[in-house]
Amino acid sequence: MKSLEVTLRDLREQGRKALVPYFMAGATPDWTRHVEAALVGGADAVEIGIPFSDPMMDGVVIQEAALRALEAGTTLETICAQLSQQRFSAPLIAMTYYNIFLHFGLERSAGRLAECGVQGAIVPDLTLEESEEWRRYCDLHDIATIFLVAPSTTPERFARLAAATQGFCYASARMAVTGKAQGGGDAARVVEAVRATSDVPTYVGIGITTPDQAREAALDSDGVIIGSALVQTILEGASPEQTEQFIRSFRRAIDE
Amino acid sequence: MSQHRLYMGAPSPSGHFGDFGGRFVPEALMPACLELEVAFVDAWSDPEFVQEYRSVLHDFGGRPTPITYLARLSERIGVEVFAKREDLAHTGSHKINNVIGQTLLTRRMGKHRVIAETGAGQHGVATATAAARLGLECTVYMGELDTQRQALNVFRMELLGSKVVPVTSGSRTLKDAVNEAMREWVTCVEDTHYCLGSVMGPHPFPWMVREFQSIIGHEASEQLSERGVGVPDLVVACVGGGSNAAGVFAGFANTSARLVGVEAAGGAAVSNGSPGVLHGMKSMLIQDEHGQIEEAHSISAGLDYPGIGPEHSYLAAEGRAQYVGIGDEDVLDALQLLSQLEGIIPALESAHAVAWIVQEAGRDIPRGSTVLLNLSGRGDKDVAQVREILRGRS
Repeated sequence: MKSLEVTLRDLREQGRKALVPYFMAGATPDWTRHVEAALVGGADAVEIGIPFSDPMMDGVVIQEAALRALEAGTTLETICAQLSQQRFSAPLIAMTYYNIFLHFGLERSAGRLAECGVQGAIVPDLTLEESEEWRRYCDLHDIATIFLVAPSTTPERFARLAAATQGFCYASARMAVTGKAQGGGDAARVVEAVRATSDVPTYVGIGITTPDQAREAALDSDGVIIGSALVQTILEGASPEQTEQFIRSFRRAIDE
Repeated sequence: MSQHRLYMGAPSPSGHFGDFGGRFVPEALMPACLELEVAFVDAWSDPEFVQEYRSVLHDFGGRPTPITYLARLSERIGVEVFAKREDLAHTGSHKINNVIGQTLLTRRMGKHRVIAETGAGQHGVATATAAARLGLECTVYMGELDTQRQALNVFRMELLGSKVVPVTSGSRTLKDAVNEAMREWVTCVEDTHYCLGSVMGPHPFPWMVREFQSIIGHEASEQLSERGVGVPDLVVACVGGGSNAAGVFAGFANTSARLVGVEAAGGAAVSNGSPGVLHGMKSMLIQDEHGQIEEAHSISAGLDYPGIGPEHSYLAAEGRAQYVGIGDEDVLDALQLLSQLEGIIPALESAHAVAWIVQEAGRDIPRGSTVLLNLSGRGDKDVAQVREILRGRS
């Protein structure tokens, strides 16, 4: 079992719901300070977004963050260099599109991520069917490969994805790209479908924008992922202290 | 006798053409891709469906399109040029072939709405047309820059009852229109089919669109036989995503004809690109040293795309087809030349193929060769833009 999954299963055994914020690396010069602030505020793991020019699964907020990061010259290598400069008190998970890793080299990407303390990777456009080679290199470097499931996922695919995912299973609460939050979502049903086939920790993401929504999502699952809502505040100029407060408000909600 | 590989058959079960193709989409879209594959395979092997597709293209789409011998151009350049006249198909380009297939399939799948991306507007207009004919709702995503370059096509789509959504993200051109259509598809996949306009995207799109376009090549092959021309020495077509080229190549892939795809020099994915993953497929892409997709630049909105369909990448890797680039200036010259010598105003896209033939006649194309030119669309949509440029020149 990958280190990340050991950590996240321990968390669940302690009865703690996981809080996993997402940051776009390089969107602001002080982005690593926001990561640290989130950990102080009560995050259990952090997703580090690596910007891509064509983020097919992302809504306007993450698109804008990616654009800013790219304009600032952010690359996989600059991100790794910054992450290497410090140690974080919780696991880091890289999130980006497949072309970034493919272009950098799959083996080289997995190795480089591991060197700077990354323990997991989410590649939303890499389907299970196309992922064999990537998973092989991640195995060599103790990187957990995290797969998404969605409300449209079929029973047969739920079983295969839940079996393949490592660390946790990323349950999309709704049929939408990141950041959109119309309607109540299907989180409970999606999580239930994963649990029917696997005991892997299952976290809910996509469209969770308020502490209330997070509380509700956490009731049905093992944790929640907060992306666009947080990135939006940072794009609007939030300080690391404000990020800490933001995370703390979600922490309190899901601990209730 | 040596063993010859057969080209342009079905891809592998996972949708690969050699190292290219496949499916790279969010999990939310995987069930829709799988459903579409099953529906397409079922429909395409159903004689009734195929018959309906053919009869709609015949009664409504204006098929078969003729082949025109370009006598004056041929005399001028010393090469025998035959044009497959997709510019005479309904809506003015080959795009109608694909959208008739996909909208009939949409109805067969029980969906009542289509979305589409468009660059120059040709595919958008074709989709809006087919949607109107079949009574489907239709929304078209178009880069904001393209809505300005092709304002009349926006109006055409609206006239046909479709909604046009300008895309303001990224480079505001075709690539971003595809991103936005994919994002939108996630939210409405249950009742909506994404009518992709070229031989690109996740499996089964590259294969399905090629099959719906292969009517071009099969017709042309028959027509050239009937005229006693037989197999041409070359088949030449412009390539953005590559649907008209795939369609015409399909009729000649397993003959002796040389296949040449002409890309815009500012968007030459095969010549200047490298393998990568974008828009659901692995293919040749124009990208920087970090894997960020670069913006294509072309006078023609329809070729302003940094990638190419995966089967073209495969045909290039195999050496079965050759891909070349042509710059904007040569395209403008070719457009005027064809207009004045032959009375045909070609689309800027199609003018790339004309320009390459003119440039290489007597060089890469030996004198006296027979060339099949796929004239993929007519230039009416481009005349305002061309007028502006030519005015600026004088």
